[in-house]
Amino acid sequence: MNIDINLILPEIFLSLSIMTLLMIGVFKKNSTSLIFNLSVLTLLILSALILNLSNIGETFIFNQSYVIDDFSNFMKILTAISTIFVMSVSADFLKSLNIYKIEYPILILCSLLGMMVMISSNDLIVFYLGLELQSLALYVLAAFNRDNILSTESGLKYFVLSALSSGLLLYGCSLIYGFTGSTNFIDISSNTYEVPYALTFGIVFILVGLAFKISAVPFHMWAPDVYQGSPTSVTMFFALIPKIAATCVFIRFLYVPFINMIDQWQMIIIFISIASMIFGAVAAIGQKNLKRLIAYSSIGHMGYSLAGIATGSIGGIQSSITYITIYVIMNLALFCCLFMLRRNNNYFENIDDLSGLSKNHPILSLSLLIILFSLAGIPPMAGFFAKFYVFMAVIEQSMYFLAIVGLLSTVIAAFYYLRIIKIIYFDPSKDKYDTNHSFGLKISLLVSTVFILFYFIYPNSLINIISKINII
Amino acid sequence: MFEIGLGHYLTLGAIIFTIGVVGIFLNRKNIIVILMSIELILLSVNINMVSFSIFINDLSGQIFTLFILTVAAAEAAIGLAIIVVYYRNAGTIRVEEIDKLKG
Repeated sequence: MNIDINLILPEIFLSLSIMTLLMIGVFKKNSTSLIFNLSVLTLLILSALILNLSNIGETFIFNQSYVIDDFSNFMKILTAISTIFVMSVSADFLKSLNIYKIEYPILILCSLLGMMVMISSNDLIVFYLGLELQSLALYVLAAFNRDNILSTESGLKYFVLSALSSGLLLYGCSLIYGFTGSTNFIDISSNTYEVPYALTFGIVFILVGLAFKISAVPFHMWAPDVYQGSPTSVTMFFALIPKIAATCVFIRFLYVPFINMIDQWQMIIIFISIASMIFGAVAAIGQKNLKRLIAYSSIGHMGYSLAGIATGSIGGIQSSITYITIYVIMNLALFCCLFMLRRNNNYFENIDDLSGLSKNHPILSLSLLIILFSLAGIPPMAGFFAKFYVFMAVIEQSMYFLAIVGLLSTVIAAFYYLRIIKIIYFDPSKDKYDTNHSFGLKISLLVSTVFILFYFIYPNSLINIISKINII
Repeated sequence: MFEIGLGHYLTLGAIIFTIGVVGIFLNRKNIIVILMSIELILLSVNINMVSFSIFINDLSGQIFTLFILTVAAAEAAIGLAIIVVYYRNAGTIRVEEIDKLKG
């Protein structure tokens, strides 16, 4: 069996650098800054290696258990690049909490490796192993501030609920394996012409596990607690990168092995999507903590991206991928703003702390205005186009009910985004925040805000890349 | 003659799985019980996998089982570590007292 090693060079490179970085960190004293810089370098090289594979077409390796195509390459580059941003903004924050340690970048790289395996998986075993590698690193990251009771409690809650969801997912895997006779996605799809009930049960169990990972209603209960409890830089990682990987698995799992069973899963996805959109919009209204609010808003956003997946058309998948890309950029910008609310090494995370921000910090307020308008879906920001593509795809498939519910919940959600803008611009001002932010933080905020603001000038730049993705 | 077939193994797996899931939700006392329930869920999956693997004559189910065993060990190790760290901060591991985060 001949395997072209270049095809999995990114994964091999990443795992070797994780081990090397771990060794450097253990044997060299005070090497935290070195490890941080080296891991950013690793991620840059990783992105280049993935980019190098971009014209390869659809290729299967390891007995068809691992797939490399335009879809997986795009998602892997998206995860790698957003991880670079997360790493570059989190150093200052970690220093202020006295948790600036070598384990942090290494755990993030480990979970990134797990997600890359998940994204490329074409077999239930590979998919499960990638998922677990990702979650095991995330458990530790959530409890990373180990002397803080909130952080350890969020780690504990995430561990219990995530382990339960992995168990449900595995039970689904066992049913699917038993009733189709294979763990390979392609073999499964050729064995699904007659559908026993048990197979539907298997799909439901796996969808429960996956819905948990992207925190879709009714499996969202961990998200607000974990987002609030864990250190903000970890929350940022939670809000951005696992969502990309889990959405990708959602798409691949539903459209490769089970495309013949679309009648069985379509209603489930529509239900999850509608429930997430409504819940995300309504539950966020009474929140006082910004991280909790972001958790509810991300539940809502996941609902929109699932609406694209529910259509069953290639346009729906592409709109969903566009949505998740723009969502990641918007949340990146929002978290950068959150890191800028700092006074004497204390970080603030309540909505009240934003009161009257515009008097002392006009530029930060302006970028918050742009980001919140975009999250609310107000044209001409990028968030509007993201929602527009999804609703276009949904209406093309004549799923009017889903589109109407989505639009209504957008209106409800706009209320709490606009309320924050009102607090920033019209409430009495508080003390000034520090302005000596790190270069990485400023650049990340600038890049993401400029993207959100000027996306409408040349939207084809993103569309052209995504329109190449075709997995049906 | 009475013979043990695939259905019996699947029923056993389903019963153990249900005990595990119910154990997580009904337990109000100790978080260690939750860890045990998670292990039960994973074991029921293993029973399913092995019996399917034998009855459809395909090896990949048994390979999957070995992977699940390995991952379950790692998961239990990390879970216990998190519980120890939490106990040092809170002084308790009673499930009903884990409620600092809410809103």
